[in-house]
Amino acid sequence: MRKPRGAFLIITVITLAPMALANAAEMAVDARNYPGPAWSPYLVGAAIGVLSWLTFYFSDKPIGASSFYAQLSGFIGKLFSKRRTESLPYFKENPPKVGWEFVFVITTIIGGAIAAVTGGEFTGQWLPAMWVDRFGEGTLVLRGVVGFAGGMLLAIGARMAGGCTSGHGISGALQLNVASWIAVICFFIGGVAAAMLLYRA
Amino acid sequence: MVDPSKIVKTSEAPEKPVASPKKLVAGALFGLIFGFLLQKGGVGKFHILIGQLLLQDWTVVKIMLTAIVVGMPGIFLLHHFAKVNLHIKPTKIAANVIGGLIFGVGFALIGYCPGTAAAALGQGNWDALFGMAGLVAGSWVFAEMSGFLKKTVDKWGAKGKILLPDLVHVSRGAFVVGFVLVVTTGLFLLQRAFPR
Repeated sequence: MRKPRGAFLIITVITLAPMALANAAEMAVDARNYPGPAWSPYLVGAAIGVLSWLTFYFSDKPIGASSFYAQLSGFIGKLFSKRRTESLPYFKENPPKVGWEFVFVITTIIGGAIAAVTGGEFTGQWLPAMWVDRFGEGTLVLRGVVGFAGGMLLAIGARMAGGCTSGHGISGALQLNVASWIAVICFFIGGVAAAMLLYRA
Repeated sequence: MVDPSKIVKTSEAPEKPVASPKKLVAGALFGLIFGFLLQKGGVGKFHILIGQLLLQDWTVVKIMLTAIVVGMPGIFLLHHFAKVNLHIKPTKIAANVIGGLIFGVGFALIGYCPGTAAAALGQGNWDALFGMAGLVAGSWVFAEMSGFLKKTVDKWGAKGKILLPDLVHVSRGAFVVGFVLVVTTGLFLLQRAFPR
């Protein structure tokens, strides 16, 4: 049990590097020029914490989102080749099913819609304002290609790491899971470094 | 203290292709609340998520740390009284680090993560669909690689199901109390440094 301590030290050092970079490089856009959240982040965070008690107690499930996409991928794969899909080790261990996680993400979309419509924040746009200010109007193809590639990396990364910002970042982290804390720190290291390169002035 | 691996509630058998209606209704209701909260918290907004990665807008970290600090004592208390199971994923240092870094780069490219993409789509950010399509495709790519990864990366630094208190040999209860105090103090300082 001596080794993890060294790993933590390395991770801490790497975490500080992007912070230094932040001061060194000027960004092309500032997120604070766009509308903030409707509710206090502390109220929302606390409510998500309470929601996690409820999902553990009533459903015996931690909050998580990324496995939904894997299940959907398995269903689509089965349409094309049932045999190929069933031969893959991941789908052998996690057979695609319409389960708790599946409906959870479907209704997350609806919950987001209800909150936006009732709060007067429904956007109905293909390109976010901050994207347009950085990359210009008429960049839908670029957005599509970059977004699709980003989505692929999200899925590969989440499946390798064992969860996403919800499954590791909230549910795993609140259970003090070592895997989750390593993963979530790496989410931010990778994310901060890549975002700073993309949005540099 | 209950053994973390002890199961106090039994889950349904995983073989069935569709879960029981009761389970699905609960999942649907909790998902609805989750999506509502994500949108109200502003994390369906592209600029707030990218703003966090640019260290300009700290909403995401504030929401996550508050959820952790509120969720943690409740879950550990419920587990202590054998009311819930813990759901601990095994630590695999190489896979956690490499997967985590890949995920981070993907997060910066699309500007949403798997859960917030769903909330973003709900609030009318149609570009989230590109990321969601990529997530489905990427899941397939991962499944294709899963046999290889199991034999290689998954084995590097595999430590099993471990919690932070196990590393420092402190009782779980004491660790939770200390952790909540430290993170709460951290949040106060964060709010002073970054009002948004």
